[in-house]
Amino acid sequence: MIRDQETLNQLVDTISRFVRERLVPAEEKVAEDDAIPEDILQEMKDMGLFGLSIPEEYGGLGLTMEEEALVAFEIGKTSPAFRSIFGTNNGIGAQGILIDGTEEQKQKYVPKLATGEILSSFCLTEPDAGSDAASLKTRAERDGDHYILNGTKRFITNGPHAGLYTVMARTDPNNKGAGGISAFVVEGDTPGLIRGKRDKKMGQKGAHTCDIIFDNCRVPAENIIGGKEGQGFKTAMKVLDRGRLHISAVCVGVAERLIEDALHFAMERKQFGQPIAEHQLVQAMLADSKAEAYAGRSMVLDAARRKDAGENVSTLASCCKLFCAEMVGKVADRAVQIHGGSGYIQEYAVERFYRDVRLFRLYEGTTQIQQIVVARGMVREAQS
Amino acid sequence: MKILVAVKRVVDYNVRIRVKADQTGVETANVKMSMNPFDEIALEEAVRIKEAGKADEVVVVSIGPSQAQETIRTGLAMGGDRGILVEADPDLEPLTVAKLLKAVVEKESPDLLILGKQAIDDDSNQTGQMLGELLGWPQGTFASKVELGDSEVSVTREIDGGAETLALNMPAVITTDLRLNEPRYAKLPNIMKAKKKPLDTLTPGDLGVDTAHRLKVVKVEEPPKRKGGAKVGSVQELVEKLRNEAKVI
Repeated sequence: MIRDQETLNQLVDTISRFVRERLVPAEEKVAEDDAIPEDILQEMKDMGLFGLSIPEEYGGLGLTMEEEALVAFEIGKTSPAFRSIFGTNNGIGAQGILIDGTEEQKQKYVPKLATGEILSSFCLTEPDAGSDAASLKTRAERDGDHYILNGTKRFITNGPHAGLYTVMARTDPNNKGAGGISAFVVEGDTPGLIRGKRDKKMGQKGAHTCDIIFDNCRVPAENIIGGKEGQGFKTAMKVLDRGRLHISAVCVGVAERLIEDALHFAMERKQFGQPIAEHQLVQAMLADSKAEAYAGRSMVLDAARRKDAGENVSTLASCCKLFCAEMVGKVADRAVQIHGGSGYIQEYAVERFYRDVRLFRLYEGTTQIQQIVVARGMVREAQS
Repeated sequence: MKILVAVKRVVDYNVRIRVKADQTGVETANVKMSMNPFDEIALEEAVRIKEAGKADEVVVVSIGPSQAQETIRTGLAMGGDRGILVEADPDLEPLTVAKLLKAVVEKESPDLLILGKQAIDDDSNQTGQMLGELLGWPQGTFASKVELGDSEVSVTREIDGGAETLALNMPAVITTDLRLNEPRYAKLPNIMKAKKKPLDTLTPGDLGVDTAHRLKVVKVEEPPKRKGGAKVGSVQELVEKLRNEAKVI
């Protein structure tokens, strides 16, 4: 749903221009330094990028899912590292509090997330609990008006920088399944919250992940999201639902950027006396990429519109994540192929994007988990 | 103090310009349009003056088709307080634009008028100067630095071979050059709020200005394609070619 076309056009134009003029020229430096420059980070905060999906009453823009998808298409046209730094505040880091938190929790934290004053992280994955998230081992034991958290969380995006963590922990040791899990808001300076060493990743340099270790970390009982035990896994799943559409839209944006780079290269590069864009085998790669990116764009917008209209889009969101993440992998592979030897050299952005996009098939639910969600959704629907 | 800024809706600077098939002008149908970059600089300067506490109100004026409202809204998102659209033909001549702006100035009585030095569509570079003359106000064109005093404004201008600093009594007209400032990106929440700021629409008739064309466009053409250059072996050969082939010396 688009609330006001003219305002949205301006919003998308402004972001697209910021991406083109400020972020794209900084991509190489971010990759080299493995850090986003302070001035660019400040500009991103000033612009309001940290509060895209946060409701207006908490200082964000309150974008609808369709509007958010259109914005994410533009943000996708540069290094995913930029999106990652504000992605958690818009997505997994804030949505738990927004969807299931109490009004006090929202008032206390969400406005600071909308401005980017604090960064947030989502702590679900553990060394032994990845796709099987419900088997997580982190414990939260009640002790008077506190809970004591113990356990280790892995690959936590923005973990080294966050001031606020949404943590899934088991409050009922007798319930080994999803029902024994509760979600907590943990402030970054809580004693016993230890940030591990930064992970050395394949790509997305400038975006940081690390282990978060809870060592007898005392968290006030009022920090349990929604004020009730046992709701945490449901909260986590709802958070991931919205995120899947967002990530799908980012995949589409990255694919469009890669197609643009590949097309530009193919029109300049001459072999056998003509630009390689005139060669039919190169044309086939360009055309397949274009058609697939267009399919991705269309399905993301369709699912986003349905979500805005109030439909349950769990199955469709997983369809989008499944298709778009695989699609951008293929598009990146072809972009390298079209670049030939140059595509293997760091001077060209496609080399970096090729490594960056690999993550899309893994995080916020692997492709295989999406397949299971989609198929189970189909069976469930047929049975009802 | 009130500042009036004039902004024009032009073909976006990233768009490759195409001449219409009938050679009457350039293609603007389905082409991305934006605020003229020099006008963005003008607006940025006005907003900075306001943010420094030296102005109370920034009024954004545009003359053009109804879509120029979007250009005004962009200006309001950047920090303008209210907008005025004079709805008219998009290809008015500079003198007509100056007359229309003069009529707006007479209604609004601003203390300072800031315009881009030229619009990137026809690059006329005339409106600001004509407006200064019509109003009988002092003008500082091609400003690279503007400093506001109590009753006068100091304008550093870019001229051939250096910079010239003028002191203008206010009210005055300033036109902006590229190096005056770097315009901000509108903050996203401000884009949402800009919709709620007031925007009035006038017509040339309301302002009593005749917009009939006095100039006639005969033909619009693509510039000739650049031909490849040639390398010369010596200074003698260069001089010989310049004299006998290019006939420039």
